[in-house]
This record gives sequence, structure tokens and C-alpha cells, in this order.
Amino acid sequence: MSLAHQLPIIPVITPLLAAPIAILLPNGRLAHLWATAISWIVFAACALLLRDVATAGVISYHMGDWAPPIGIEYRIDLANALVLTLVSGIAAAVIPFSFASIRTEIDERQMPLFYAASLICMVGLLGVTITGDAFNVFVFLEISSLSTYALVALGARRDRRALTASFNYLVMGTIGATFFVIGLGLLYQATGTLNMADLKLHLAGNNNRMVEAGFAFILVGMGLKAAMFPMHLWMPNAYTYAPSAVSAFLASTSTKVAVYVIIRFIYSVIGADFDFASAAFAYVLTPLAVAGMFFASIVAIFQADVKRMLAYSSVGQIGYMLLGISFGTEQGLSASLVHLFNHGLMKGALFMAVAAVVLRTGSHKISAFEGLARKMPFTAAAFIIAGLSLIGVPLTVGFISKWQLLSAAFDSGRPWAGFLIVASSLLAVVYIGRVIELMILRPAPEGELKEAPLSMLAPLWVLAAANIYFGLNTQLTVNLAERAAAALIGGGP
Amino acid sequence: MIAPETAILLSMGVPLIGLVAIWLLDRAPNLREAATLATGAILVALTLSIFLAVGAGARPSISVITVIGGLKIDFSVEPLGAVFALLASVLWVVNSLYSIGYMRGHNEKHQTRFYMSFAVAIAAAMGVAYAGNLFTLFIFYEVLTLSTFPLVTHKDDDAARRGGRVYLGVLMGTSIGLFLPAIVWVYTIAGTTDFALGGILPAPLASAGLLPALLLGLFAFGVAKAALMPVHSWLPNAMVAPTPVSAFLHAVAVVKAGVFSILKISIYIFGERFLDASGAAEPFVWVACFSILLASMIAMRKDNLKARLAYSTVSQLSYVTLGAMLANSMGVMGGALQIVTHAFGKMTLFMCAGAIYVAAHKTLVSELKGLGRKMPITFIAFFIGAMSIVGLPPLGGSWPKFLLMLGAADAGERAVIGVLIVSSLLNVAYLLSIPAQAFFLAPQEGEALAPIDWRNLKEAPFLCVAPPVMTAIGAILLFIFANPLFNYLAPIAGAE
Amino acid sequence: MDFITFVIERYNYWIFIVLMMIGLYTVIARGNLIKKLIGLNVFQTSVFIYYISIGKITGGTAPIYTSADMEARAGGHDAAALPGKDALGEGGLHTTGGDFASAGNSLEELTKAPHSAPPAEALHSVPGAANDLLSSPALTVNDHAAAAADAAHAASNVIYSNPLPHVLILTAIVVGVATTAVGLALVVRIREAYGSIEEGELEAVDVVAEFGVESGDGARA
Repeated sequence: MSLAHQLPIIPVITPLLAAPIAILLPNGRLAHLWATAISWIVFAACALLLRDVATAGVISYHMGDWAPPIGIEYRIDLANALVLTLVSGIAAAVIPFSFASIRTEIDERQMPLFYAASLICMVGLLGVTITGDAFNVFVFLEISSLSTYALVALGARRDRRALTASFNYLVMGTIGATFFVIGLGLLYQATGTLNMADLKLHLAGNNNRMVEAGFAFILVGMGLKAAMFPMHLWMPNAYTYAPSAVSAFLASTSTKVAVYVIIRFIYSVIGADFDFASAAFAYVLTPLAVAGMFFASIVAIFQADVKRMLAYSSVGQIGYMLLGISFGTEQGLSASLVHLFNHGLMKGALFMAVAAVVLRTGSHKISAFEGLARKMPFTAAAFIIAGLSLIGVPLTVGFISKWQLLSAAFDSGRPWAGFLIVASSLLAVVYIGRVIELMILRPAPEGELKEAPLSMLAPLWVLAAANIYFGLNTQLTVNLAERAAAALIGGGP
Repeated sequence: MIAPETAILLSMGVPLIGLVAIWLLDRAPNLREAATLATGAILVALTLSIFLAVGAGARPSISVITVIGGLKIDFSVEPLGAVFALLASVLWVVNSLYSIGYMRGHNEKHQTRFYMSFAVAIAAAMGVAYAGNLFTLFIFYEVLTLSTFPLVTHKDDDAARRGGRVYLGVLMGTSIGLFLPAIVWVYTIAGTTDFALGGILPAPLASAGLLPALLLGLFAFGVAKAALMPVHSWLPNAMVAPTPVSAFLHAVAVVKAGVFSILKISIYIFGERFLDASGAAEPFVWVACFSILLASMIAMRKDNLKARLAYSTVSQLSYVTLGAMLANSMGVMGGALQIVTHAFGKMTLFMCAGAIYVAAHKTLVSELKGLGRKMPITFIAFFIGAMSIVGLPPLGGSWPKFLLMLGAADAGERAVIGVLIVSSLLNVAYLLSIPAQAFFLAPQEGEALAPIDWRNLKEAPFLCVAPPVMTAIGAILLFIFANPLFNYLAPIAGAE
Repeated sequence: MDFITFVIERYNYWIFIVLMMIGLYTVIARGNLIKKLIGLNVFQTSVFIYYISIGKITGGTAPIYTSADMEARAGGHDAAALPGKDALGEGGLHTTGGDFASAGNSLEELTKAPHSAPPAEALHSVPGAANDLLSSPALTVNDHAAAAADAAHAASNVIYSNPLPHVLILTAIVVGVATTAVGLALVVRIREAYGSIEEGELEAVDVVAEFGVESGDGARA
């Protein structure tokens, strides 16, 4: 067995084994270096996987050499390779970034634990993405969720509301996960298998109410995890009170992974031609997506706290992804995948910029941003780039997302959806514009205020630059997403 | 002599190099201004070389990067773009001279930021002028919006912030909310967004009910820089900016980029024949007429000089839109010439307004009585500019009015001719009355008018007065040399 | 009569549903965080019961090979030599799979179904036949399952329950325990930080702290 053969397991096993070691490390700095190294290894492995999948097609890895459908299969196609790369890439940026920020936000002694929990969270998210076994999704989902609850609660040192936020997240998350398990049980009862590909074979042409109920449970369960409107209530508090670096990581990965699972179940398990799935598109996903896009964006406008504002914005952005899925066309799906990837980049950069501001000003209230363009020009510039990207200004990734979504809307004969998309982007102009205006036009605050340290600026700018780079070069995102969508819908390679 | 293709890229690159130079020379104002002027001079040379090449029949084009499948950042120059680019670059130099006089005469803060933003704006204007497809046009259109925002809010006070918010809100709102979906729609219908003479929309679409009109409407209101009512409100709000900004950007670069886009879209995306066949343009002819008249009437009621000029701009820009919507060769030619002549005329007026402000600190029309006797040069330039805007011979502004009337007659829209005549009368009332009062009314009732004391004028600094005089002379020359320009632009109108 | 049978035969589902609703209600309606956690546990447990019940086959024994079975298999059934999960599992599953949602309209059909459906088809949930079967849940859940299993394993007389759901739910139990542990830990921390574990009080304290009724004093109330 060559190492190359074992590549698919590396993203999951490495951080899993590394996490306990991180706990044993004597201080935060060592744990930070260790976690950084691991995250880079994982990112490299995921990038290699993406390259392999893009050139050689689907990779199927059998856990313990047990052949599916009995054994657990890791099945990597373009869709999840893309998500894997996103998640590991964000982790590889956020973990190095986190040190300076976390050191001020949590207890020094907790830092090795923080990095252990981060690694475990990464395991969970990557595992959910990589696995081809439906029940395995649940297990990894809970691995990531449990570590997330702990990570969110670490924010308690700055603000005790992190504890209640984490508790509510735990309750909602567990309900979501349990719904997901019920759905799986129903599907299992109907087919006797839990392997996704096998499930699809057995379900083909097989619609009865048990399967429908199962699908509904799964959609609701995952909708909760993805903060799909109106099941997003846990999210604003969790993102607001979590340590800033945690918000940056979660906002750009965890909900995206849940959206990915929804896509995976719709297309690779249920099958989009399933009557029920298309009914769900028309009567559930579309209205909820649109409601989320508008409701959450409008709420975002009135927030006095930038992190909370960005959290609500995420709810709206999830709406875009679900809307793309709900078109039921290849283009719509590929637009969703593109936006999923791109939104990870934007939100990652935005939350990281906020983390830098929190480090220097000690607050994430909107008033803390006044005049920052003069005092912290690099942080402010990165925030502005990512913000413009969120709005969808040309030459940024956000524009590519919008373009893809719009052309999917027009192509599938839904011009109204196109106008709804742009109308809700205008709301983004308002809430992002509000912050940008404060940063640029207000006089700088009195007193000493230094630019963030290089260890934060460098990863922040890597993401900000990615926002522009992938806005110009869409080989990776759009091309792969289109191929992934074609494969998901057509069942081809 | 460099190849036109290279010149296209350089025309965007040079201002950006200039930008860096300006930034580096922050502490040496004289060198900094020299950098601006040198950049301007090189840019004029570049645009002139492209202008000549296009005049010789070349259609240089160059593709920079492919973003998504059919979406490229792509430049290709045709006569209209060449004229617009030359116009913008020449007037930029004039305006830079004026800016130096104004900004120093006024001791403005953040001058480096001011010149840097200007450099980005001119690069964006070049991008708009040379764009080879709608996608590229859109990108530079947005860059233009964003780069001019710091200029609008230059004063950093509450009024500037409020104005800036409306400015950005309206321009971004319409461009993302209407212009972008329109582009995507065109892309999904035609499979491309490349500009092609005669249009790219499939002919059968012309009979697709309301769709063509809807699409045209998205463009007409989406390109809010063309200031068609009711999406004009950003323009009066932009007047909080320093006068050089108003003079150049809000009389030339930004607003002309808007009407240029409208004209270009109607010629190269829809095509005259398509517009004619579908009847899509008909409603917008009336929207434009409405805009022309209403804006003129509002202008009459404005006592603030810059606000009056702004509304006059709104009205005059709609002439171009009107020409585009008439969808025949005379209308298009009229619109194209209007872009050029109005630029000279309106820039003169704004620069005069700025000169008045620098010299006499007056901003209201009612305060200008008798001032002509103290600042005769400024007011003579103002008078020439106003005459050109009104459309009186022997000034350049008379040609587009004439052509538009011909176009209206061709299109069988006699009422439009009436609108044009009424509008000119309104222009006379609100523009020519200003120099008339300045020369012939005493500052206070009953006071005798002093004769002009030529040896002891109270003019603004030289660099504030010379530029408007230059543009005023330009407006006269445009009357005499209109024919070469007409011939130069003929290919765009001769599509049929 | 039929309806009552229909209801009674699915008693395992009713237990599951009732427990689930009790759990959810507790989570939503109770303000005490510990009670919420208890509700969450009840909710999760209901799902465990559901999983366990679908693996059960009447007359089936624990899924461990008996010696007699081993011998029977050794006598030439190579194909089935691997742990009989596949065939067994499916056999048990499909027949237990009840479409409780369609209760109202196909009662008559239901009563007949187990007898009309050939057992062999029941085993492999292939489209056409499975469809029928799925919407016609076992009248006598376990009898039918037994019949199906019988047919499949004529060679061996031993019937095994389906082990897979049990295994799955073992995992889920572990997850549930972990969740409860984290939840309780959070409650402890909340009590330390706020001095209360009643949701309403926590909110009130937070509101006071955020908007400050008087000065900072109100926050500690």
C-alpha cells in the first residue's frame, strides 16, 4: 500500500490523531505551531485529492478494505473535493491566524485545548464531506458539532453570553442531528443500505411516503445545521460571542458543509428527478431561500454589532445557495457550488478582519470601526475587498457567484429569481456600505491604535487576495463546479 | 509609433503608473502635479494615436483575460469610443490645470488622495471607452463609480457624507439591480456580450411582446450615470464635491460614460434596426423628453449655481438618450455629437462657477449681479459655454440639436421637435440670464453699474481662468470643424 | 377493526412517536436548562428505540452464529458465508418497513399483502416489487419477516435479528452521551457565570447587562 493510495484517509486521520497530542503540549505556542503544521498537511492532501479527482475521476476508498456497501466508503468526486479544499484551506489560513487573537480572548491554559478542539472540528467537517456512507455523515457531523459547542463556549471569557449561545446551539444542533438520524433510519428501512451510491440505486424510481418522510427529516435536520431560514436562530448568537477566530472558521466552513450535505442527499441519494425532490424545490427550498435572502439581509442592516451583522448576512447567503439548488438545473447547481466556495472565502476574510479589529479595539460593535481606514489601513482594506466581494462587485469572487446565479436564473426561465437575487445584493450594499463608510469617512479614534500583527495580516491578506484571484481566474471554481454539477445531475464521472 | 493594441492597454496602465507616482510624491506638491500633467500628456498622445488609427479604418482589439467561458475582459475600439477617450483625456489635462489652480487657491486637504482618485477615474473612463463587450464595460463602469466616491466625499463633512451615500447608493443600486441582470439576460439570450455593429440580439426577439422594451428599460435606468429621470438624483447630490470634480467628472467623464454606454448599447447590442422593428424604444423617447423638460424646469428654480448646472446636465444628458432611442442615423449622430459638444460647454460653465467661488466666494445665482464687471473674462467664457449648451450658432452645441431635430423628423416624432424647441427656450432662460445679470444688473438696487476696469480685475488665479477660456474656444472651434467629426463618426450611424 | 389492528401492530412506532414528542415538547417548553437537556435525551432515546425496533425479527435470535448454523453454512453455501447481514438485514427490514403515513387509504390491501407477496421478492428491495411491499407493511410484522427470512435461509434454520441498526445506535448512544456531557458542562458554567439556569432569568440578566437599566448594578441582580 503506497501512501498515495492512502491519500483519502489523510485529511481525516491526521488531525484526529494530532488532536490528543495537542492537548499534551505544554503551552499555547507549541500547540499553535503543531496545529498549523497539521492544517497545512491536511490542506496539501486535500489539494492533491482535488487534483487527482479533476484529472483521474472519482476516488473510492474502502475503509479497512471492506468493500461497499458493507464497508464504509470514502468517495471523493469533484463536488466534495472542492468543499474539502475549501474547508482545509480556510483551516490552513485561520489556524495560523488565530494565535494572536485567541491569546487575548481565552485563558492561556486553555490554548492547547482550543487547538485540539479546532483540529477535531476540522476532522468532523472534512469527514462529513469526504464520506460516502450516510450514517458516517451523522457521526462526523456530531464530532464537528460537539467540538464546535466547546469552541463557541470558549468565548465566555470575553462575554458570558457565549455560554448561553453555545447551549442553544447545542440544543438546536442536537435536534437537527437527531432529525437527520430519523431520516436516515427511514431510508435505511426502505432500502437496507446506508451507502449513498447503493441508496440511490435502491431508491431509483421508488417513491413512497416513507422515503419522502425520510427526505423531509434529512432536509430539516441539515437545514438546521446549515442555518437555513427560518432555522437559523442559533447562529447569530453563536457567531457573535464565539472567539473571533472561531467565528471566522465556522462561518466559512460549517454551514457550507451542511449545504453540501443537502446537495449530496438531494442529488446523490434521493435523485433530483424524484418527484418529491422537485416538489421540495418548488414549495420548500425556493420560498425559504428567498425569504432568507431578504429577511436576513434586512435584519443585518439594523445590527449594531459587526459579527452579528455578518452572521445574518451568512443566513442570507445560504439563501442564495439554496436558491441555486432549487432551480433544479445543472447551471443552478454549479452556481450554488461556486457560491459555496466563494462565500467561504469572503466570510473567512471578513470575520478575520473583524478578529483583527477586536484584537486592537477590544470590540466588535460597529462603532469600533470608526476611522479604522487610517489607523489600521491593511485590515480595513482587506475588509473592504471582502465586503465588495460580498456585494458582488466585478473582479471579485462575489461577482462570479452573482453572475453564475443570475445566468442560471435567466437560463432556467426564472427572470424573477434573477431580480430577487440582485435586489437582495442591494441590501448587502447597505449593510456592508455602512461599515465601509464608517471606516473611511469618520475621523480616526483618539489614542494609540496599532495595525494588527503580521501573523494575522498575512493569512487575512491571503484570503483577501484569493477573493480577487478567483474573481479573475475561474478555472478552479467555475470549471470544476460545472463539471461537478454535471456529474451530480447526470450521474457521470 | 506604438501599435494601437498596445496603446489601448497603455491608456489604462499609464494613469495607474501616474497614480503610483502621485502617491510617492505626496510630500512634493509641485512634482506631484507635474506627475499628473505628464501622465495626462502621455495619455493624450496615446488616445490621439488610437483616434488616428481608428480614423484610418483600423479596429484595434485585444483580449486580456477570460473570466468565465464566454466572458472576457476584452477591448476593441470603434469611432465612438475613440472620440470619447480622446475627449476625456484632453479635458483631463485641461481640468488638471484647473484643479491645481482651484485646489491651491482653496487650500484643500487630502490633495494627494484627490489626484490619485482622479487617476483611477480616468483609467476607468478609458476602460469604458475601449470596452469590447458589455461585461468589460460593466467592470469599468463600476470602477468609475467607486473611484469617484472619495472625490464626492472629499470635504469629509456631514453634507459630503450624505451626498456620497446617495451617490453610491443610486449608482451601485441601479447598476447591480438593473444593469447587471440586463447584461446577464443579454448573455443568456445571445450567448455573448460582444459589441457588434447592428446588434447581437436575434431578430425574432423583436416581436417578443414586451421583452425588448423591458430589456431596454433595464439598460436605460440601469445605467444611472446617464441620469435619465428618475435615476438622476445622484448627480445633484454629487455637487458637494470640489468644483474640478463636478467640472470634469460630472460634466464629462462619469456622465458621458453613462450616455456613451447607452448609445453604445443601443447601437451595438440592440442595433437600430432591432429597435425600430420592436418599437421598444418608443416609450423611452418620451421618458427622455420628460426628463429634458422637467430637469430644465427644476434648474430654473435652483438658486445655487452648481445645482442649476447639475440639473442642466440632467436635461442635456437626456438629449443623448433621446438620440439613442430615436433609433435612426441622424438621432445617433446627434447623440454622439452632443456627448462632445456638451462636454466642452458644460465643463466651461462648471469651471467658471469654480472660478467665481475661488475669487468671490459666491455660490448663489442671485449673488452674481454685477460681478461680470469685476470678472469679465470668466463671465465671457460662461456666456460662450451657455450659448453652446442652448444650441446657438456659431457654437458647437448647435449641431447636435439640429441633428436631433432631423432625427426626430425622420422618426416621425414631430412632438419631439417641439420638446427640443421648448427646452432650448428654457435653457436660454436659466443659463443666459446668469451672464446677463452679471453684466447688466447692479449688485444692489439703485446702485450705478461700474464700468469694467480692465487694469484692476478681480479674477481668480490664472490657472482657474485659463482652462475655461480654453474650453470655450474649443466650443467655438467645434462649430467650425464639426464636419470632420461628423465624417469620423459616420460609420456608427451608417450601420443600416 | 382493521384500523385498530393497524394501529396496534405498529405499537413500536407509536412508542417512538410519543417519546419523541414528549422530548421535543420538553426541550421547547421548559425554561430550566437541565430539563431541556433531559428532554433532549428523551428525544434522542426515542430515536434509539426506533432503530432498535426495526432490527428486531420475531423468533430471531441475537446475531451471533450458533454452532448448528455454522455447520449448515460450512456445507456449501459459500455465497452466504460472509456474515449474513445482507440478505438477513434486508429481509427483516423491508417487511418491517411500514408506511404509517398511508394508513388511511390502503387498509384492505394491507391485510392481504403479506400473503400475496412472494417472499423471495421481499428480500431484495428492487424497484417494482419493493414498491408494493413498502407501501404494504407487514400486517403481522414479525410473521412476515420470519417467512421471508425462512425462504432466504432455507439451509439454516436459525433466524437472526438484523444487527446493523443496533450497531448504528450504539454509535448514536455514544454521541448522545457526549452531547449530554457537553451540555451539562455548559450548564455548570452558565450557573457559575449567571447564578441561574432558568432561561427567562438568563435573558433578563443579559438584557439588563446590555442596555443597563440604571448603572452596572442591575446586571448582577
